[in-house]
Formats: sequence, structure tokens, C-alpha cells
Amino acid sequence: MASAAPSPTEYVTHHLTHLKVGEGFWSLHVDTLFFSWVLGLLMIWFFRMGANRATAGVPGRVQNFVETLVEFADKTVRESFPGPRAFMGPLCLTIFVWVLLWNLMDLIPVDWLPRLAHDVFGLEYLRVVPSADPNATFGLSITVFLLIIYYGLKGKGVGGFAKEFVTHPFGANPLLVPFNLILNVVEMIAKPVSLALRLFGNLYAAELIFILIAMLPWWIQWIPGGIWAVFHILVIPLQAFIFMVLTAVYIGLAYEHH
Amino acid sequence: MDINATLIGQGLTFFVFILVTMKFVWPNIQKAMAEREQKIADGLAAAEKGKQELEQAEERSQELVNDGKQKASDIIAQAQKRGDEMIEEAKSEARTEADRVKASAQAEIDQEIATAREKLKTEVAALAIAGAEQILMREVDKSAHNEVLDKVCAKL
Repeated sequence: MASAAPSPTEYVTHHLTHLKVGEGFWSLHVDTLFFSWVLGLLMIWFFRMGANRATAGVPGRVQNFVETLVEFADKTVRESFPGPRAFMGPLCLTIFVWVLLWNLMDLIPVDWLPRLAHDVFGLEYLRVVPSADPNATFGLSITVFLLIIYYGLKGKGVGGFAKEFVTHPFGANPLLVPFNLILNVVEMIAKPVSLALRLFGNLYAAELIFILIAMLPWWIQWIPGGIWAVFHILVIPLQAFIFMVLTAVYIGLAYEHH
Repeated sequence: MDINATLIGQGLTFFVFILVTMKFVWPNIQKAMAEREQKIADGLAAAEKGKQELEQAEERSQELVNDGKQKASDIIAQAQKRGDEMIEEAKSEARTEADRVKASAQAEIDQEIATAREKLKTEVAALAIAGAEQILMREVDKSAHNEVLDKVCAKL
């Protein structure tokens, strides 16, 4: 807790404020970027370690683990996406592992890293869970959104994609075109929004609860904290998995002919 | 919610990580897994082949053993037969020899008998003549009755 015994409101607000540079839209959450980069590089380093030593013979532990992840992602893509998987596989693998690592940051006791940043580096604010920052989740889901459009155009062609936009789902009657269009636009926009908000909401809420638990007396914290952490261990991979599967499903739907 | 340029940074980061994964991770792992799959499939096929070959070899060796046994029993049977034949031959040879010996002995005996009979004839004739001489004393002229005596001799 901060030095001068802050009020609960101050404590919570402090924990929910990003380390930020710049003003307005053109500002950056340095903490989110830093931790997602560190985790992402950790992920890439680990993957590379598995891939560099990849042999067709008996796999080592790292290779085995990376292979399990690769197969898992590959299987998920195969089930929902009918096209070539050279890009889709790495996409889903990256999403799953990266988001999983983001979410895992939630299990680090809420005061440790902010305290360290404050005392050692003199940073006023620090939030360590990238997935509790909507910028991070929207960054992911908007990229996915662009890929949905890209794969829609690639799978159906510009004409096919546009045609589906105005004739689906109600039919090709000219009178129905506006309704089709409105529904499709809403549906299109709902995809990245729901993807991002689902992940953000889950992790933000979880982080908030950990913060609230941290305000209890120290000798009782382990009971609610332990219970919540155990519950959260289920949420962490689940949310990462949902993000990956929905990405594969959305892109698969956009790619496929109806 | 504070939406700002972090969003763009995150999106770009995400894209870079996807590309890195796609370029440097995914193909290696996929290749290794495919190769291992092939290796395992090959290994299983080789094991299957080996098993079949072993079965064939066992069959062949069984055949050879059976053949050998057959040949051995044939040889034994032949030897048995040959032995029997030899015994039979020896027996028949012995029999022939015995017959021959018996026949020659018989012939000798017959010869002896004939000789003895001849001798006896002569001796009986001589004895008869001597007896007749004794009985008739001088009345008998040897030369005059020779013809009669010869006839008697021939009848004996």
C-alpha cells in the first residue's frame, strides 16, 4: 500500500491508473505495452527454443510442450477454418499463448510489481495485466477484425463478400437490402467489440477483486485470495481459449461459402 | 475506459508476433511433427514386415524340419527293408546250399548203395555158385552151366 495510508478509494484508483505518457488519444500506456512486449518476447523466445531444437526424433521437454501448443492451435483452426493454415495456425497460437500469459499476470500479488516500480524506478503508477486494459484487448480484436474482412474478401471475392453483405440473412429482395445491410454491419462490429470486451471484462473484474481482497487485514487475505485465485486459474486459460476459438470461427465463417 | 494509441501499438505488436511465429516457429514444429509421424509410420511398417518375415522363416524352418524327419524315416524304412531283403537272400541262399549239399549227399548215398548192391550181387552169385558147387560136387561143369549162372546173377 502507498506510503501515507491511503483511503480505500485512493488505493483502488491508484491501482487502476495506467502509467501513461502523452495526452488525449495520442498517449501510450507504457505499462501495458511494456508487459505485453515482455510477455510476447518471452513467448517468442520459448517458441524459438522449441522450434530451433525441433527434431523428428525423440522431442525434448520444451519441444514437446511447444508441439502440444502448436497441435492444439492447429486442431482448433482445422475444426473451424476450411482454408490453408499457414497463417491461421500461427495466428491462433499467438493469440492463445499471448493472452494466456497476459491473464497469468493477474496471479502476481497486486502490490508487488507496482511497489517495486515505485520504490526502485520511481514510477507513480503501474498496471501489470495487459488484458485488463481495453487498449490491449481491442488492439487484438481490431487486428482480428481486419483479418476477418481480409479473409472474407479472399475467400468469397469482393463481389461475393459484398453480395453476402446485402442479401444475407433475409434474402435478395431489394426491399430487404437495408435490413440485411444494417444487420450485417452490426454483426460485423459486434465481433471485435464482444471479443475485446469479454476478455477485458473478465480480467478487469478479476483484478478489481484481487485489489479489494488486498485491502483486507493481512492475516485473512489468504482465504478469499486463495479461493479467488483458484477460481481465476480456470478463467485464465478459458478466456485465452475463447478468444482463440472465436477468432478461428469468425474468420472461418467469413472465409467459407454459404 | 481510456482508449488511446496504445491500441495501435498493441495491434502492431500482435501482428509482428504472429508473423514471427509464422516465419520462425510454426514451420519448424510442423515439419518436425510431420517427419516424426512419417518415421513412426515407417517404423511400424518395418515392424510389421519383420513380423511377417519371421513368420515366413518359421514356416520355412518347420517345413525343413518336417522334410528332414520325412527323409530320415524314409531312410530308416529303406534300411529296414534292405536288411530284411538281405536276411531273406541269405536264408534262401542257405536253403539252396543246403538243398545242393543234401542232393549231392543223396547222390553219393545212391551211388554207394548201387555199388554195394553190385558188389553184393557178385558176392551172392559167387556164394550161390560156391553153394551149388558144394551141393552138386563135381557134377557141375562150370563152363556148361555158366550161361545159367549168369542168368541167375542178372536176376539178382
